[in-house]
Amino acid sequence: MTLINGSFEDDDDERTAAVPVAPPEMPTLIDPHDDSGAPPPPGVPPTDVGAIEIPRSGFSSRDLFGEMALALTARPARTLLTALGTILGVAALVATLGLAKTAGNQIVSRFDELEATQVTVEPNNRNSGFGASQQRNTSQLPWDAEDRLGRLNGVTAVGTATGVDVQGRLARSVPVIDPLGQTEFQIPVVAASPGLFDAARSTLFTGRFFDSGHDERSDRVAVLGPGAAQRLNITRVDNGPSIFIGDESVAVIGIMASTARRPELLNAIIIPNGLAKDRYGLTAVGEVLIEVEVGAAELIGTQALVALVPNEPEALQASWAEPPRRVRSDVQSDVDALFLILGGVSLLVGAIGIANVTLVSVLERTGEIGLRRALGATRRHVATQFLGESIALGALAGLLGTSLGILTVVVVSATREWSPVLDSWLPFAAPVVGALTGLLAGTYPAWKAASTEPIAALRGSA
Amino acid sequence: MPVVVDLREVARTFPGTPPVEALKPTNLAIEQGEYLAIVGPSGSGKSTMLHLLGLLDSPTEGTYFLDGVDTGVLSERERAGMRSAKIGFVFQSFHLLAHRTTVENVMLAEVYRPRSAKNRRERAVEALEQVGLGHRLDAFPTTLSGGERQRVAIARALVSKPSLLLADEPTGNLDTATGNQILALFESLHATGLTLAVITHDGEVAARAQRQVRIRDGALNPVEVGT
Repeated sequence: MTLINGSFEDDDDERTAAVPVAPPEMPTLIDPHDDSGAPPPPGVPPTDVGAIEIPRSGFSSRDLFGEMALALTARPARTLLTALGTILGVAALVATLGLAKTAGNQIVSRFDELEATQVTVEPNNRNSGFGASQQRNTSQLPWDAEDRLGRLNGVTAVGTATGVDVQGRLARSVPVIDPLGQTEFQIPVVAASPGLFDAARSTLFTGRFFDSGHDERSDRVAVLGPGAAQRLNITRVDNGPSIFIGDESVAVIGIMASTARRPELLNAIIIPNGLAKDRYGLTAVGEVLIEVEVGAAELIGTQALVALVPNEPEALQASWAEPPRRVRSDVQSDVDALFLILGGVSLLVGAIGIANVTLVSVLERTGEIGLRRALGATRRHVATQFLGESIALGALAGLLGTSLGILTVVVVSATREWSPVLDSWLPFAAPVVGALTGLLAGTYPAWKAASTEPIAALRGSA
Repeated sequence: MPVVVDLREVARTFPGTPPVEALKPTNLAIEQGEYLAIVGPSGSGKSTMLHLLGLLDSPTEGTYFLDGVDTGVLSERERAGMRSAKIGFVFQSFHLLAHRTTVENVMLAEVYRPRSAKNRRERAVEALEQVGLGHRLDAFPTTLSGGERQRVAIARALVSKPSLLLADEPTGNLDTATGNQILALFESLHATGLTLAVITHDGEVAARAQRQVRIRDGALNPVEVGT
């Protein structure tokens, strides 16, 4: 945008400063002999206007920005106070959007970890998965749950876990009774299908987990949780250690290192379902643990009941975590609604503040406006300058507000130990919002400035 | 000598009931290099005259030629351009911007001129030296005396090398001694060929001019030289 109109240029620079007169040759028809001051006879146009180059006023964008900068920096404290409302408004908006995004992302990342991919199925009127009695229901969880559910689309791992009632039998690692220390312990025994280790995301410390072969043959094998292994004083499996549950000996083939789900397994002796059925009379599965793909929990939770007990699905109940999306939108709408309104109100107050102060400054600068008009400014130039000042002030406030808002997000995140998340467009859009506020606020004062009469303005004392 | 200002049957009437005839049809010519005083009491039509001559207002009748250009047919932008290029204003209350230095105030005169900003500062310094303020370039107006402020304003008017320097009560806010210094400055500028029109109510100020016209009740009459 350049307002320069290059049509006019006289050769001022060639003249000496001491002689500021003698305009260049004027193509005028005025009678040179007319020295009386009396006009030539009217009706005869004295000049041919078309032959004379008429100067037009101009206001280059560079000059416009220079004048704006000088006006805004003339009274910095006042400029800052004028912009304060807009600064706070933009800061509130940025902080609101940033914090909502940050909080939303926080919740999502926590859910994604484990719970969103987990579904458990239990008989309907049971209280706990482990250790309870296995024969209350007419419809029971089937032994082949792994096969039935593994075929469902969206299931990544399935396993069953059932507490085994060992009737108070104690577990020990060696048949020797040491009189000085305790060698027999009450250790929970869990019957599992081979898939449980995947479904619970268990990892091995040493050895191996049992497989379907062990299960089918009812092999006398066990995997120890790390807590159980420590109590039984077993640290390696390459020497073929055995433990005794009561008087039954079982070979330890692996020691678990950790498990992401079902922490009860850490202190348990885990045996195949086949062994539990064979030796301890286990009749039904206590719980099915399913790992699903992200977002499939609700679907699988519904389908699993029918897949497990087609004739009486209501005898079972499936449980899974609430879908994370819903949690996130709840949080976001709560935070957003409140603070966006606050930010909007603050922005409105900011706009009114800018409009008010700009209007006052138009009145204060009446003399300046008159002077500018006398120096060759058109109404449009005056309006452009005042509107420009207001927009620049708004944009400046937007920048400061954005910084303040981002700082707020970072500080709040730091105290909550969140990682701050911000939409990448936000730092760029917010100053634009500030500039728009300035535009809105400056329109009326600029119009007022443009309609100032230079005549009245110049006569007033300045 | 070429005529700078040529008013032909120019009149200004303000609408109302009844309409106010601020300036009756008037003929006036100011030749190049002339030093004219327009003198009259307040309410006589001086202000109207100032605004018409300065292209801040348009006549309701008649034609005003400035440097041979019929100003009645110009667009607003062209009238603004004529103000900027052809007329230098000096006001009673100086109208300096308080937050800008002397030289910045003078530079303001060229902001609305479609001329390169190059050497703008040099030209401003030159104009300030011309009015004897070359040593106060970076002073702020609040630290200047009244006479110095008016000199800055005169420098601002001179920097565009105008065809006409239009002064409105230039000594009105100054004491007599300082006012005389300003008038002496006007005389020295006149001696270099500058065309001046001073509008004043003060007979003493008017008497310093080469030629006087008296305005009363909107009518312009020549004042006999020597009376």
